[in-house]
Amino acid sequence: METYINQLIFGVGPYLAGTIFLLGSFLRYERGQYTWRAMSSQTLSNPPAFRWASIAFHVGILLLFFGHLFGLLTPTVVYTSVGLSPGAKQIMAMVAGGLFGLLCFVGLTYLVFRRLFNARVRANSSSMDTFIICLIYLQLITGLSTLFVSMDHLDGAVMLDLAHWAQGIVTFQAGAWQYIVDVHWIYKLHIFLGLLMFTAFPFSRLVHIWSWPVEYVARRYQIVRPQ
Amino acid sequence: MRIRAQIGKVLNLDKCIGCHTCSVTCKNVWTSREGMEYAWFNNVETKPGVGYPKEWENQERWKGGWKRLDDGQIQPRIGGRWRVLANIFANPDMPAIDDYYEPFDFDYAHLQKAGDSKTMPTARPRSLLTGKRMEKIEWGPNWEEILGTEFKHRSKDYNFEGVQKEIYGQFENTFMMYLPRLCEHCLNPTCVASCPSGAIYKREEDGIVLIDQDKCRGWRMCVSGCPYKKIYYNWKSGKSEKCTFCYPRIEVGQPTVCSETCVGRIRYLGVMLYDADRIEEAASTPNEQDLYEAQLNVFLDPNDPEIIAEARRQGIPDDWLEAAQQSPVYKMAMEWKVAFPLHPEYRTLPMVWYAPPLSPIQSAAESGRIGYNGAIPDVDQLRIPVRYLANLLTAGEEEPITHALERMLAMRAFMRGRNVDGVENTEVLERVGLTVEMVEEMFRYMAIADYEDRFVIPTNKREYAHSMYDGQTERGGCGFSFGSGCNAGGGDDADVFGGKPNNKRQFFAVRVDKVGN
Repeated sequence: METYINQLIFGVGPYLAGTIFLLGSFLRYERGQYTWRAMSSQTLSNPPAFRWASIAFHVGILLLFFGHLFGLLTPTVVYTSVGLSPGAKQIMAMVAGGLFGLLCFVGLTYLVFRRLFNARVRANSSSMDTFIICLIYLQLITGLSTLFVSMDHLDGAVMLDLAHWAQGIVTFQAGAWQYIVDVHWIYKLHIFLGLLMFTAFPFSRLVHIWSWPVEYVARRYQIVRPQ
Repeated sequence: MRIRAQIGKVLNLDKCIGCHTCSVTCKNVWTSREGMEYAWFNNVETKPGVGYPKEWENQERWKGGWKRLDDGQIQPRIGGRWRVLANIFANPDMPAIDDYYEPFDFDYAHLQKAGDSKTMPTARPRSLLTGKRMEKIEWGPNWEEILGTEFKHRSKDYNFEGVQKEIYGQFENTFMMYLPRLCEHCLNPTCVASCPSGAIYKREEDGIVLIDQDKCRGWRMCVSGCPYKKIYYNWKSGKSEKCTFCYPRIEVGQPTVCSETCVGRIRYLGVMLYDADRIEEAASTPNEQDLYEAQLNVFLDPNDPEIIAEARRQGIPDDWLEAAQQSPVYKMAMEWKVAFPLHPEYRTLPMVWYAPPLSPIQSAAESGRIGYNGAIPDVDQLRIPVRYLANLLTAGEEEPITHALERMLAMRAFMRGRNVDGVENTEVLERVGLTVEMVEEMFRYMAIADYEDRFVIPTNKREYAHSMYDGQTERGGCGFSFGSGCNAGGGDDADVFGGKPNNKRQFFAVRVDKVGN
């Protein structure tokens, strides 16, 4: 039974979540672009503390995201060939993740409290708004908690297991889930919440993450549309 | 030379009575929705005052409009492209809702449901943001109406720049005027320039600036970019919204709702031809005081045969050219020079212009306190300081304002002489460079202001739409829709689920060819 659940969540789960994430985003963009927005509440409550918190959260979580992306998906041989041992890489990941996580945590703590206890923001939050911010908060807390577990084994072995799992998933290796059957439950919880986040993504305001307005730096200032 | 046409507007402040009919009809049509209660696409401010939102003219604070860099280029005051993107997580230059006002409604039902009591029941306010009771309303959309609030607060008005404002706090010296405000549909709009998503655009055929609601991602940079603070963030939909210049009405030749319902008949709509190639140069004029003249140079003379020929060659329809020749906006702005852009120093080249208010002088002059300058009063002794109007309309350059006020005074003196005293006082006209024909036309447009003189709006042309097919398809194409175009997903193109664009015929297309050239 436990094996089955492990396989379901860590073997099948990523593909379910990934499919919903990609297809859901695509469908929402195609069918309901009017709902595609950042949904800022800055208009309702805009003290300087909010702006700093929002910047800290966004910068922190972006760094965390790309840290995970490169950390998990870079093949082991790439960094061992430049003389970086798995143990050293783990320390690097822990320090960087800890710092970015702390930055994100400070900002997000303010934002969570604002969303729950600021009367205006509270009144104008959809249940999905509240759910997604709490989910991210929980995810961040479990992520930071893994630091304490990781302290106990600094040889990089668990990190390699997690990386092999992630690489196995993205390369469609059927048995990838077996890499993480024996890791500490806190890692499993962190991964599970992550999958949940990918699943909820297209149904929440998170879709604005797709809309990096990079074309802005290249376009002309004025836009004139012919009829 | 790239000739384009725009429906421009003039508001004759001399006749505005501050009745707010424009604001209310506009609100009923466009912004009576949750999320937009606080937004007034059209509002009427009493000046002097800090306005709505508070201190919108203080660009040190809100960073609206453009600034000229040392190299002669202009960029939005909120910063270049990278700075705009760097602020995307939290906009530091954005007014929050309290800078407008917290929207509210009243418990009217309580008036009917209240039980017996010794005192009259009252309808107390509730916040429309939270639904909670508001004990005290601190600010509203028109809090300074007719000089409400103390002078100390109102005197923060930016237009007092260079004016000895203290004396105007005294009761005997006080002055006021109304300033109705809406989106300026600028030739060089900063909102368009500051939108990271590229969702805001200017329509080529009539110059109306609109926000593509599907493309808007709610980054709110336009709210900061617009120096007139006429873009509003809808906190419910998460999108920015703005005055649409009532484009569905304009397209069929009807005036905007605010213009149509103006009881003072102060609003004029007409076609202006302009050279799009001159916009950037005009907006980059080094000296702010020269911006008004620079914008005049962007406009083209619709009576010039060469301009007409070139405009036709570039596809401007004939009835638009005819409308441009009869445009009340062109007459007031270009021929008589009695209308001015609002705050040209923002470098946006606004297209809603204002004739300065005049009324308070004559009565004061007749009571003997102000000296007559010949037959007309000396405008330097106006109750409203010329410098104040100049700060509002010409970046502080007083001469054009004085000239306009003198012309308006001369028109009054001449017409009064003719109609009341039975004399043709042409001397008063010569002093201000007017002829009898000109002043008769001015009188017809500015004093009589008939409907068909105020609104000269050509209908939108099918000829403009090169790919549009016949009316049958256009009419019956969508069948029933929820207002999001033919597809449920929005947009007119075919979608990935096999839907075909229903407003275009695949076979036997009846194509309307361009005509009129």
